[in-house]
Amino acid sequence: MDYDRIKEKLNILADAAKYDVSCSSSGSNRKNKNGLGNSSGTGICHSYTPDGRCISLLKILLTNHCIYDCAYCVTRKSNDIKRAAFKVQEVVDLTINFYRRNFIEGLFLSSGIFKSPDHTMERLIRVAKKLREEESFNGYIHLKSIPGASDELMYEAGLYADRLSVNIEIPTREGLKLLAPDKDRKDFLKPMKKVRNEIDKYKSEKKIIKSTPTYAPAGQSTQMIVGATQETDAEVMYTATYLYKKYNMKRVYYSGYIPISYDSRLPAIGTEVPMMRENRLYQTDWLLRFYGFSIEELLNKEHPNLESDIDPKLSWALRNLHLFPIDINKADKQLLARVPGLGMKSVYKILSGRRYRKLGWEHLKKMGVALNRSKYFITCSSRYFETKDYTPQQIKQRILSEGHSKYQKTLSNQLNLFG
Amino acid sequence: MQNTFIYDGSFNGLLTAIFEIYELKIKNVRIVAKHYYEASFFEEYHEVITNEEKANRVWKAVIKYGKPIDAHLIYRCFLSEINGIEQNLFNYIKILISKKQSIAKDYGQADVFHLAEVNKKIGREKHRMDAFVRFRKTKDNIYFASISPDFNVLPLLEKHFQKRYADQLWCIYDICRNYGLYYDLNSVKIVHFDLPENILNTSDEIFQKEEIQYQKLWKNYFESTNIKARANQKLHEQHVPRRYWKYLSEKNLLNW
Repeated sequence: MDYDRIKEKLNILADAAKYDVSCSSSGSNRKNKNGLGNSSGTGICHSYTPDGRCISLLKILLTNHCIYDCAYCVTRKSNDIKRAAFKVQEVVDLTINFYRRNFIEGLFLSSGIFKSPDHTMERLIRVAKKLREEESFNGYIHLKSIPGASDELMYEAGLYADRLSVNIEIPTREGLKLLAPDKDRKDFLKPMKKVRNEIDKYKSEKKIIKSTPTYAPAGQSTQMIVGATQETDAEVMYTATYLYKKYNMKRVYYSGYIPISYDSRLPAIGTEVPMMRENRLYQTDWLLRFYGFSIEELLNKEHPNLESDIDPKLSWALRNLHLFPIDINKADKQLLARVPGLGMKSVYKILSGRRYRKLGWEHLKKMGVALNRSKYFITCSSRYFETKDYTPQQIKQRILSEGHSKYQKTLSNQLNLFG
Repeated sequence: MQNTFIYDGSFNGLLTAIFEIYELKIKNVRIVAKHYYEASFFEEYHEVITNEEKANRVWKAVIKYGKPIDAHLIYRCFLSEINGIEQNLFNYIKILISKKQSIAKDYGQADVFHLAEVNKKIGREKHRMDAFVRFRKTKDNIYFASISPDFNVLPLLEKHFQKRYADQLWCIYDICRNYGLYYDLNSVKIVHFDLPENILNTSDEIFQKEEIQYQKLWKNYFESTNIKARANQKLHEQHVPRRYWKYLSEKNLLNW
């Protein structure tokens, strides 16, 4: 093997693939049958880059040649960059050798679109098929669904991949028209729909015939770039909610736009990556999926954007102070999950802890339940609690003055008066 | 006067000590591993001789009264090797035997909470090892990795690696505690070696020629996949603490 040539290709094609934020290697259930590797339940992050993101998969493009010219993308046709392409066997060898050394959980293969969507998709499938059939590889494989690929190919892809994903990238239809005029939203949704239908079909058939071949056991995911167009948080999250509901997405990822182009339609190079906003969007995503919130409660016409200085749950609670305080010794799970500052882990700790005794502040502290935010919203088995009726603004000020956000610099200048 | 029980540092040793404390009905005890023991004038000490039968009886009681989660908690916390953990484990077993039901989730009890916290650390360390083990292929076709975890988590790694790398020879060696696991395609055995001092360097004498190439490729990938505009060194070091760097080829590959 010509290691220097491979190294060069790896440089170019890993660099081009890094803007895809999906890194998860969890949610699949593939056992090792007389071969190499498995992927079960929780994923493993094998390393972390200096930007703090995890490395769990070998994330590369098959090629960065592309026939499209989407303004937000580094591999766009008009961009003057080095181009390269891996051979199918080269990707297979790299994956296997990295996997055997415990560097990775598997492969995340995406590609620029060369010749046609079907031609590209077919090549991606060939890599996955080879890994599964020739190398008896049972590790994780994440394949990109190429927008516009045919249903037959999408079906085949799911037979070898654990997860399939197609990135809709731009949350609004108008934004897409502006930045990627050759692309149509329908092209993104078509493979998504096919994959959803196949997963549903697989699930119902599996109940009757046990030997049904697995189809994309870790489901499908997608990604949206935020901050490239003028979209509101509400637009992003309503699109996400639609995708979760309609296409049974396992995950929607939000990727703060990293300026890579001098195109006047986009934020200029050097503009700060909106990491804070990304963070708040993920918090909202979690509230929707695990905390029983509905999107209308968090974002609506009156509040189209999330507050940047406080988290979305606290923000919701301050708008709905009439629902509080709640008694942590009596309230049910759903209500506990709505208390600002209580995560699901704390909720479960409280639920199991209160079976043994009534919980007071001391118990909560000992359990490691964070009280700095929650204390304004709960009562417990103690004579001491916040008796004063604070206004939402007062509570917010008190909480903010106690904590130090690492994003302090990017927050409004007003805060500096107190800092 | 305090009674100190000194055991040999093995799990069975600890269980034997607990058995003897029950047998002799002694109050006000302290259990201490031999390598941590410092003699003091104001105590009486008993040296415990590890006895499998006695240990088994205590363990059977744990399994009888508790759920599997209690047994796991006790064993895993024992692996922490924290000085003084024996006291918490003894108290835990005492409460378990007197209550005759699982107490693993009764976080209101100080000992239970403490052990749950230690268990969390053990879990974290075990998971880190699942992630940070870096195999290098030797000339005998063995995928070899050296580690030195904060806690003695090597026994917890066996299952995961055996399942995943069922078709390759591998060895994970704990340099600090000087023992390792070796998988010979059938089963996992405990092994002891005298490792050469320069084991962390990938020298041609021990490892295959191509090995260094794959490490370079990996380091190369590690650097290419980083987004400079999002640099966050603090978060990086939080996830990959510096003490592990010497075992990670992407952080520690020199001269190329």
